[in-house]
Amino acid sequence: MEVLISIVIGILFAAATYLMLSKSLIRIIIGTGLLSHGAHLLILTMGGLKQGSAPVLVKGTEQYVDPLPQALILTAIVISFGVTAFFLVLAYRAYQELGTDNMDLLKGSDNDE
Amino acid sequence: MSLIHWAILSPFLMAVFVPFFRKYIHKIHTGWFVLLLPIFLFTYFLQFLNETMNGKTVIKTANWIPSIGVNFTAYIDGLGLLFALLITGIGALVVLYSIYYLSKVKESLHTFYVYLLCFMGAMLGVVLSDNIIVLYTFWELTSLSSFLLIGYWYTREKSRYGAQKSMLITVFGGLSMLAGFILLSIMTDTFSIREMIPQVSTLPDHPLFIPAMLLVLLGAFTKSAQFPFHIWLPDAMEAPTPVSAYLHSATMVKAGIYLVARLSPIFAGSSEWFWIISSFGLFTLFWGSFNAVKQTDLKAILAYSTISQLGMIMSLLGIGSAAIHFIDVPDNLYMAAIVAAVFHLINHATFKGSLFMVAGIVDHETGTRDIRKLGGLMSIMPITFTLAVIGTFSMAGIPPFNGFLSKEMFFTAMVNVTTLDIFNMETWGVLFPIIAWVGSVFTFVYSMILVFKTFTGKLQAEKLPKKPHEAPIGILIPPIILASLVIIFGFFANLLVPSIIKPAVASIMPRVVEGKMAAIEIEYWHGWNTELKMTLGVFALGALLFLTLAKWSKLYNVFSKRLTLNNLYDYVLLSIEKTASTLNRFYMTGVIRDYLVVIFSFFILALGSSLVIKDAFAIDLTHVAPIRLYEAVLSLVLVAGVVTILFAKSRLTAIIALGAVGYSVSLFFILFRAPDLALTQLVIETVSVALFLLCFYYLPELKKKEKKLRFKVTNLVISLGVGTIVTLIALSANSNRLFESISSYFIENSYKEAGGKNIVNVILVDFRGFDTLFEITVLGIAALGIFGMIRLRLSRGKGQ
Repeated sequence: MEVLISIVIGILFAAATYLMLSKSLIRIIIGTGLLSHGAHLLILTMGGLKQGSAPVLVKGTEQYVDPLPQALILTAIVISFGVTAFFLVLAYRAYQELGTDNMDLLKGSDNDE
Repeated sequence: MSLIHWAILSPFLMAVFVPFFRKYIHKIHTGWFVLLLPIFLFTYFLQFLNETMNGKTVIKTANWIPSIGVNFTAYIDGLGLLFALLITGIGALVVLYSIYYLSKVKESLHTFYVYLLCFMGAMLGVVLSDNIIVLYTFWELTSLSSFLLIGYWYTREKSRYGAQKSMLITVFGGLSMLAGFILLSIMTDTFSIREMIPQVSTLPDHPLFIPAMLLVLLGAFTKSAQFPFHIWLPDAMEAPTPVSAYLHSATMVKAGIYLVARLSPIFAGSSEWFWIISSFGLFTLFWGSFNAVKQTDLKAILAYSTISQLGMIMSLLGIGSAAIHFIDVPDNLYMAAIVAAVFHLINHATFKGSLFMVAGIVDHETGTRDIRKLGGLMSIMPITFTLAVIGTFSMAGIPPFNGFLSKEMFFTAMVNVTTLDIFNMETWGVLFPIIAWVGSVFTFVYSMILVFKTFTGKLQAEKLPKKPHEAPIGILIPPIILASLVIIFGFFANLLVPSIIKPAVASIMPRVVEGKMAAIEIEYWHGWNTELKMTLGVFALGALLFLTLAKWSKLYNVFSKRLTLNNLYDYVLLSIEKTASTLNRFYMTGVIRDYLVVIFSFFILALGSSLVIKDAFAIDLTHVAPIRLYEAVLSLVLVAGVVTILFAKSRLTAIIALGAVGYSVSLFFILFRAPDLALTQLVIETVSVALFLLCFYYLPELKKKEKKLRFKVTNLVISLGVGTIVTLIALSANSNRLFESISSYFIENSYKEAGGKNIVNVILVDFRGFDTLFEITVLGIAALGIFGMIRLRLSRGKGQ
């Protein structure tokens, strides 16, 4: 199971990298979204994907899955959401002000102070 | 802090008050106040003569950084005292000279005297410090104050060029010297030169011995303008003449000589030391005197002459180092070289100081220093002429001046060195007196040029900017004092021997001199020997060359003007700048994708290679959970979503595919028993997709901007690399579990300690509540940021 998920994570990372290397701002943002999905799945996989109950205490259950990675991922999801939201609005404002979403055109020149 | 420390630091303290003198006392030239200090210091240091004459030394320590052994230890012995007297004595004369040289009205006197006092204090610190780190500190202060003084007329292009050049070269040497000092302290485990000397017997076998020596010598050679680092000295002539007289003839350029002499007890005895110092010194002697002949500027002649004379002193110190090997021989020929070095050091300071002052007077009274315009000043400026004759004749080695004596001793040393039977001297040793002799011939020629082209011949009054007349008496006093010293030391050289030369030689060669001090004597007449014949030969050939100068001076045109060390220096400096800016432009493209390519490539290479090198890749399938059908299908769905995003032509497809990926992830969370995660992921994915849709509405269509194939291939290779590396690391990490998780604690204590059954929630708000606090903060900041971005509209005009 871990092998399969690891490969899926690899595909997510590869796709994210490919998108982030492109020239369009939208594709870069989608890339960061995929990257955070990959990272979250990675944390979960590294915590071990053994069988067990959900981490809610129920009498009589012996085996639970590891709760700590879940807490970490929950924090990470919220933070990446905040950053993505900010980034999206930034892209929107940049496009509004500058009139382009091509990263090549968004670079400053040496004369800019 | 003893009185000596205060004496060393007093110029710096004085420098603090100089601007006030300038500001509040307008009628009196600021120099008069400054003058008091070097006079006072000179008389103060004279008192120590009693101690050093009796072979005693004075050591006073003031703690600076005692925890690492860096303390300000003032150490006065013969060598240090000689330099201290030179610095303060000539310093006083130079200040007196500058009072008449620099205008009270036109010049910013306070900066001049502040720099000069800083230099004086730094130089005293160099020669009187025992701790090498303190010595280095003062050493760099001399470089810095010299830089400021050369660039004194900072509005002139050439001043700035000269200042920068001297700074770069001397600081380069200074830093090498620091490295050498550190190696020395590693070898001896102390920063104190006095404590290093007793360990000298074990040092030459140490592997760091030669590197330390080379690095220290680099510092000494750059400071003392030895070939090929001499190029800064002629350009430093843009400084005011008092500065040239003080720094670039009598004191700073001798700091390197001082360093070599001071460290001789440690390094002398090895053949490398002998060869490097004597051969570089001799070549500098020849090169400096050879080049001095072709100069047309009075100060440039004097600059090359200084280079040449410094080379001579350096070579004498090198040859003198052979004395260590003849400790048991009663009649020590080589120690005479050290005596000659010390004696010539004093002589050079006197006559070169006075010659610079004479050049300054000529410049001051005629408005030019170009010898092609000068001539026939003898009858107009008789006193200046007399001073120039004394100085130049002493420099050329003509009796009865002191230069004659030291030149004789120099030839003696050079002739003796041919009889040396160590260091392979039998092969190359015969070159030593020949080079020395040729160098002396050129010395004679430029000395004659200096005096006769300036003062005899026809007066070219129409070429001179000013109408020449004799200088005021005040400006003549300092060179008169120096010139009378030239004569006094010439006639009564033995006055100096017991008081100054013997203690200085004892500091340079502490192991050799015991019992041989009595042998040191400077005599006028040695009899009809080789040296005298050499000197007569110098006079004869020199006179001949001077008289036929016009015929052979074209010889200098044979050497291409482009193939000079100055051009090399300029070229190196320029190409360093060019290369750096080309390199910068190459990788600082300003395009974010390029930086990302670099970052990702580094990620792949660094992690990939360390996986390979450490042989860390491993797959261990024993702990792996079995694959269920659900996960396999879901994985396919997720991958399909990702591929759809990659190939999406419209933005809506891309958003929906991204949403599909997000929902698949939340389904994964369900499959892996993470209900809270699944819930959050669902909600957040929904909100994100909504946000994406909102923003995309205002953004342009997805367009394929990557048309070039190479671009796509690079991206593909890098992204596949990243994906592979992540997968490999995930697999390897999964196969190498080192210890059990700490989660059993949370599972056991979630209800017992915190009273909650949902373990994830308990961790979030109880066990690890701080994470949550700041995650909330992040959300708050993001919300405020978004609000600010949308609401705050600084128009272009206001924003800038």
